[in-house]
Amino acid sequence: MSAGIDLENVCCDFGSFRAVDNANVSIKPGEFFSFLGPSGCGKTTILRMISGFTEPTQGAIRIGGKDVRGLRPNQRPTALIFQNLALFPLMPIWENISFGLEVRGVDKATRRKKAEELLELVELPGAADKMVSQLSGGQKQRVAIARALAVEPAVMLLDEPLSALDLKLRQHMRAELRSIQKRTGVTFIYITHDQGEALAMSDRVGVMSQGRIQQIADPRDIYNNPVNGFVAGFVGENNVFTGSVRNPATGMAGYETKLGTFRARLGELASGENVKLYVRPEHTLLSETAAAENSVPVTISEVSFEGAFIAVHGVAENGQTLVAEIRNDGSATVPANGSQMFMQFDPARAAILPDAAVAKG
Amino acid sequence: MEDLFRRYGHTLTFAFMALVAFWLLALVILPNLTLFEASFRPYLPVTEIGGPKDTYSLDNYAKFLRNPSPWNVFGIELQAPLNVKTFLSTIFYSTIATFITFALSYPLAYYLAKVVQPKSLPTMILLLFIPLWVSEALRAFAWYIILTFNGPLNAVLVGIGLLEKPIRWQQGVLTGYDAVVIGLVYSYVLFMMFPIYGSIQSLDRNQIEASEDLGAKWWQTHWRVILPHAKPGIASGSVMVFMLSAGSLLVPSVLGSTNSNWFTQTIQQWMLESQDWNTGAAYSFLYILLCTVVVALAMWLFKVKLSDIAK
Amino acid sequence: MHKTRNFLFNLYFGLFLLYLFLPLAIMGGAAFNNNKLPSVYPWKGFTMTWFQQLLADQVMWTSFRNTILVALAVVVIAVPIGAAAAILINSISGRVRAALYGLMVAPILMPGAVIGISTLLFWNKASIPPGLHLSVLGQVSYIAAFVMLLVLARLQSFDSSLEEAALDLGASHAQVVRRILLPHLYPALGAGAAIAFFQSIENFNVTLFTRGTSNTLTVYVFSKVRSGITPTINALALLLILMTLVMATVYEVRRRRLAKVEAAREAEGRRAAALEEL
Repeated sequence: MSAGIDLENVCCDFGSFRAVDNANVSIKPGEFFSFLGPSGCGKTTILRMISGFTEPTQGAIRIGGKDVRGLRPNQRPTALIFQNLALFPLMPIWENISFGLEVRGVDKATRRKKAEELLELVELPGAADKMVSQLSGGQKQRVAIARALAVEPAVMLLDEPLSALDLKLRQHMRAELRSIQKRTGVTFIYITHDQGEALAMSDRVGVMSQGRIQQIADPRDIYNNPVNGFVAGFVGENNVFTGSVRNPATGMAGYETKLGTFRARLGELASGENVKLYVRPEHTLLSETAAAENSVPVTISEVSFEGAFIAVHGVAENGQTLVAEIRNDGSATVPANGSQMFMQFDPARAAILPDAAVAKG
Repeated sequence: MEDLFRRYGHTLTFAFMALVAFWLLALVILPNLTLFEASFRPYLPVTEIGGPKDTYSLDNYAKFLRNPSPWNVFGIELQAPLNVKTFLSTIFYSTIATFITFALSYPLAYYLAKVVQPKSLPTMILLLFIPLWVSEALRAFAWYIILTFNGPLNAVLVGIGLLEKPIRWQQGVLTGYDAVVIGLVYSYVLFMMFPIYGSIQSLDRNQIEASEDLGAKWWQTHWRVILPHAKPGIASGSVMVFMLSAGSLLVPSVLGSTNSNWFTQTIQQWMLESQDWNTGAAYSFLYILLCTVVVALAMWLFKVKLSDIAK
Repeated sequence: MHKTRNFLFNLYFGLFLLYLFLPLAIMGGAAFNNNKLPSVYPWKGFTMTWFQQLLADQVMWTSFRNTILVALAVVVIAVPIGAAAAILINSISGRVRAALYGLMVAPILMPGAVIGISTLLFWNKASIPPGLHLSVLGQVSYIAAFVMLLVLARLQSFDSSLEEAALDLGASHAQVVRRILLPHLYPALGAGAAIAFFQSIENFNVTLFTRGTSNTLTVYVFSKVRSGITPTINALALLLILMTLVMATVYEVRRRRLAKVEAAREAEGRRAAALEEL
């Protein structure tokens, strides 16, 4: 049993501070949905409003079509996984997992059986009688998931639960979370400031800044077609060119910038308007000779080896630093510091957005 | 408030508040208001209570300044009301006891907080706690036995030739209050030690090492780094020991002599021997008022803020 | 340098313990001295007379029973009050908190005699005569503050997201308190109960003014010490000290066992984390 969630014009004020401003989103049953944004953007407040620890100042929240206004956390069909996991340190693992059943008056034998089933599900068989302090970080993570699943919630809410783990384990747990979600079919709402997590796991992502939802889309769209400068800047790296539109024609236009005139997709902009072009470093190509279009001469200033790829920094004639990433597979020669090169991009790869167009809360 | 309701619901929150209200109202505030009110009424036979003679006055307080008697302070002959003399002596010797407990406690507190292996610490603290669990009456009595004229202390001191003949310790050697101060220090030294230990423990060891690394001598490190950090603990320990000493009734009663009256004994005489509860109330009220003034003065003198003590 | 320093510190600690325990030992030793006055000197031979006399003393037994009853009543009243006060203080802030906190801590500093007198006067006004019930109320007024401080310290290490987690899993407020909050507070409540019990047993000042005509052990000891002294009081002292020692030993053994279990669990947690990184 899983349920969809609708937020309708939801606002939340703390005194004069507006933590969430007019949030509208419709999350489908069984979806893995992430709220992505920097700390203080309002994503945790959204989570606390859905779970019932905070009431919205305005607007409606519906879980499975039912308005949950005034329902306390223990009356909502949600289960929250806390950032610090909040496992009960004085109870053995199986009591932790079956706590939600215990408070519903389920008898001990049934609870024990259910706890052991869930431990199987999260691949921790045999841990039932251990104490929390006997587990590693990843194992605690699994127990927290099992505990939340035990109450058979319609919606799981996860508040950056992987942030305490180290890099390798975090990547492993991403896959694990995703597969548990697929197996159980429960709606997952995931809060994170880590774009990698959000993009890798989610069906859809809502990018937030300053209390407002900036864009809701699937991970590819968020990355390839950001709707504004904030989304483009927060999700991934960019080379940014500021300029104005010249000679718009069918689908394409010229953009006059300090580094020359570039050709790119037109977007929905009128002629002459100030715009920014965002080009990803992995879409920026490096060559020794100038290309026919969208080519900038640079002096290589830094070459940093990142493992899977190599980031090449070049300074353009106006002093702006551009970055190109080349794959570490021997297909391209790595330039030396101080050498003169050209950086170039495909017209279809640039995202065109109005200057300073961030929706403000 | 809202936080309470959210965390514990209405029923439990009201239960918590009812318990606290009972405590603070019925056991603390109202009894003290009654004490205050009674202190202005005369001591009357039951039949005359509420009668024409039952009016408010400061008569009970005036008794404090009666009975001037000679008083020898460091060789100077003075005339002072007996009660004032008793009060000032109580304050003075309580202060002495506070200083001695501090001198004894500080090295120990530092030792426990920064020198001892963390593993043996709980056992050591337990060892220190054991005497604290033995009744104060018995702790005072232990010193009574040691200091008594035919007691072991005199026997040892005479035996090793330090004294020619036994001393009446309870009559006093340096002052009339020697035995009382010894008893107070013994009874309350740990009330000084534990707060200082707590505050030194919260000091980052790196600060001590940094100070030593910068070339400070051990006493400079203590004076400039550790003592300032321990100030809140020293302050709360001092207030505690001072108030316990000044408020002690057992120690001066067991170890004192006729030369060493303690103010609590004066109050006790009014209450239990004269059965004059009203004067007893007036003296009690005056006593907490004056003690508060002394503590406030000391805190001002040592530049300690109230918020340092009440965390 | 550090060796000398450590030696001096250890020596000081040893001397300090000697200072604390020697008077108690001397007092206890006097219980076996066949001397009509309580003293170890001069030693007139070993005797058990004083223990026999003590155990035959009916007043002592009544006082002992009264002390235990008063102490139990104080525990039963002071622990819930102190715990409720700590929970209350812990969830509020600002000026109200400071004022309440000051009011709660003040009775600790108040001279016991004054607490006793004000309690006596207040309940006398309400036509409740003095007696041990007033001693209980007077003692609770400051012992509850000790419990409050202990529980508050424990609450500060409490992660309030545990309460939220339990609520989120469907627990009622009462269930949260019973299953999550109270288990976390048990050590502090236990310590609070112990401190309340011992504070009550050794209380003299409050009891003296509120007891009416009943005796407690401290008052009994005090009257014995002041009037005709016999070494029966030393016998009593020795028994009480031995009781304290036994309890302290039991406590220490238990603490060490629990510490061992916890250390083993944490070691296992670290091993599991190390395996995970492979």
